[in-house]
Amino acid sequence: MARAFQDAVTRLGIERRVSLRISGCHGFCQAEPNVLVLPEGTFYANLRPEDVSEVVEAVVSGDVVQRLLFRDPRTDRSYRQWNEIPFFQSQVLRVLSLSPWVDPMSIDDYIAVGGYAGLAKAVSEMGPEGVLAEVQGSGLRGRGGAGFPTGKKWSFCSDAVADEKYVVCNADEGDPGAYMDRSVLEGNPHLVLEGMAIGGYAIGAGQGFVYVRDEYPLAVRHLEGAVRQAYERGLLGENILGTGFTFHMQVVRGAGAFVCGEETALMASIEGRRGMPRQRPPFPAQSGLWGRPTNINNVETWANVPAIVARGADWFAEVGTESSRGTKIFSLVGKVNNTGLVEVPMGMPLSEVVEIGGGVPEGKSCKAVQTGGPSGGCIPASLLDLPVDYERLAEAGSIMGSGGLVVMDEDTCMVDVARYFLEFLRDESCGKCLPCRVGIPRMLEILERIVSGQGQEDDLDRLETLGGTVQANSLCGLGQTAPNPVLSTLRHFREEYLAHIRDQACPARVCPSLIRYEVDPELCRGCDACRRACPQDAILGTLGEAPYRIREHLCVRCGACLRACRFEAISVLSGRVAEGATDE
Amino acid sequence: MLSERDWANSVEPAELNQIVEARGANRSSLIGILQDVQRKWGWISPAAMAQIANRLQLSLVEPYSVATFYSSLRLDPPAEHEISVCMGTACHVRGAPQLLDEFQRQLGAEADETSSDGRFSLRTVRCLGCCALGPVVVVDGRYRGPVSPDEVVDTVSELEGKEG
Repeated sequence: MARAFQDAVTRLGIERRVSLRISGCHGFCQAEPNVLVLPEGTFYANLRPEDVSEVVEAVVSGDVVQRLLFRDPRTDRSYRQWNEIPFFQSQVLRVLSLSPWVDPMSIDDYIAVGGYAGLAKAVSEMGPEGVLAEVQGSGLRGRGGAGFPTGKKWSFCSDAVADEKYVVCNADEGDPGAYMDRSVLEGNPHLVLEGMAIGGYAIGAGQGFVYVRDEYPLAVRHLEGAVRQAYERGLLGENILGTGFTFHMQVVRGAGAFVCGEETALMASIEGRRGMPRQRPPFPAQSGLWGRPTNINNVETWANVPAIVARGADWFAEVGTESSRGTKIFSLVGKVNNTGLVEVPMGMPLSEVVEIGGGVPEGKSCKAVQTGGPSGGCIPASLLDLPVDYERLAEAGSIMGSGGLVVMDEDTCMVDVARYFLEFLRDESCGKCLPCRVGIPRMLEILERIVSGQGQEDDLDRLETLGGTVQANSLCGLGQTAPNPVLSTLRHFREEYLAHIRDQACPARVCPSLIRYEVDPELCRGCDACRRACPQDAILGTLGEAPYRIREHLCVRCGACLRACRFEAISVLSGRVAEGATDE
Repeated sequence: MLSERDWANSVEPAELNQIVEARGANRSSLIGILQDVQRKWGWISPAAMAQIANRLQLSLVEPYSVATFYSSLRLDPPAEHEISVCMGTACHVRGAPQLLDEFQRQLGAEADETSSDGRFSLRTVRCLGCCALGPVVVVDGRYRGPVSPDEVVDTVSELEGKEG
């Protein structure tokens, strides 16, 4: 697409009138690939290469290509300006606000929109104490999980006495379903570097590390490019802006271990060792990387810092709630029409955030929203009016986490979701402490029994007891929060567990052992498509002789017949295949 | 003992030395060195391990202890075709398990194994961060999504037809 635009601009010879910027993500993933025409603000959605010439010609002549504007599928209304689109209208863009204006590979773009002004103000006017006071006054809390007050964390590290201190950016965004940190790093890497340099200045650290997930190669590339440019401009390195402040930066790639999102594991990994957490205290602020005081914040936290310093704590605290200030970026994914990243004020009701996503596809209803990744929980639709801040989510049995919101509909099985997360955590547990290493697999075994129809009612009590033990006794956050997906679904969706156990049925028709397929004799035309698609030879019938029949004892519920049937004659029923079913 | 083949087909000592020099021959460079070696040769061979341990003055068990901990580091040569199925939450609720089942059926290989003919390796990954495309499959480095089980069948037959 980018190449097509470049070609069109060159072909028309309008390089001087139209400049093409490969910008960071606009957040509206559902409408990608998309293009924003500035200064007009015209937004073209879901473009194809063959549309490009028409768009470029319209830009030059001042016209608008009506057919390529974003059209809301629910109202059929189309929007010319990007900020009129409902998806953008309810957002308060702060961290993400600059991404459309900046080529992530250009430090000049970033400086042109006010970048590094925060760092300049910090080192030339405010002094370390001034910066600390501003960040503390803003009420900013960690955006990566637990929500610890950022200014307080900084002051611990600032108070520690040592010959060398470090700041670290945790960009090991491991929660499945969360990708705001990837977007910030790819779209505006200088924002994070500037935040870290300010933090390093406030704390007295001379070296920063960004620890990036291995699965994000583009983020690594953009970060490394940004670090190089910042060094060239004297915004990193020795004697920054002539103030005597020295700050170096290194980008470290992770190697695919979820547990490295835990801060002590992350530091072990930077030191070149297995990423296994250790006991705290001592906290990193006292003894971190190579035994020196270290301050770790996540990407979105660092990205909030430059504006707090440049515009002040009061500006930052204008939005949000009393205890949770500022904005939060959420990734709206799963069963939602408009997948994408949204930045909203803290305290917005969860239902409104989901509404930005344009509702659930195919007219189905939202059953639950999963927040906080494997450490979080599932919040039922009946509780969606709760405002998103750290405390309210915790009360509902979940956590803010890094901001992944996975929308689930009536076709999502909550027992299966709980089983999914436990399987994830079993694989990712580092194995150091017993409650996590042994407790998670035991919980998973119980859930596997339940989804295969072997569960007993007292299994649910056993899950709760075991979950409590793992929570209370695990060494690090991974284990301490691992039972959350199970416990929260048990709390809010107990009847779904009971259906699996008592009725031997999966109400959402997901768990293969507790569903069965059936051919509707009225609808079957005997076309033979299903029989040919079946990998198990589990369908009986002769071409032209409807109805066909499913040999339930051979069927593995793979769905091949379902997709092959053109007459919607095959349906999935909740409930297991009768014991001892045969062809008779 | 390592077979002659292991030593021979895996690593150029001079090039590996360059990688170590560029990163710095110290403990904290270990993961970066292993990543660079893998990028260059596709895997980390026993010969490479031995040389890395030697250069960093570590016992051989140390680089192995690190390499086996991290899922992106590989101690087996790559197959001809690499298929990764994203098992993130968003992909999961949109049908990733069915895709994995279909790949397993089509390739005759279990997850995180290589097919018996050695041509395909089927891997699972934990969220690639492109949830809007889910369910996502990466075939030989190319991201595809959303993918349906029928496309799995097409993909496999397409790749099987291709000569390495």
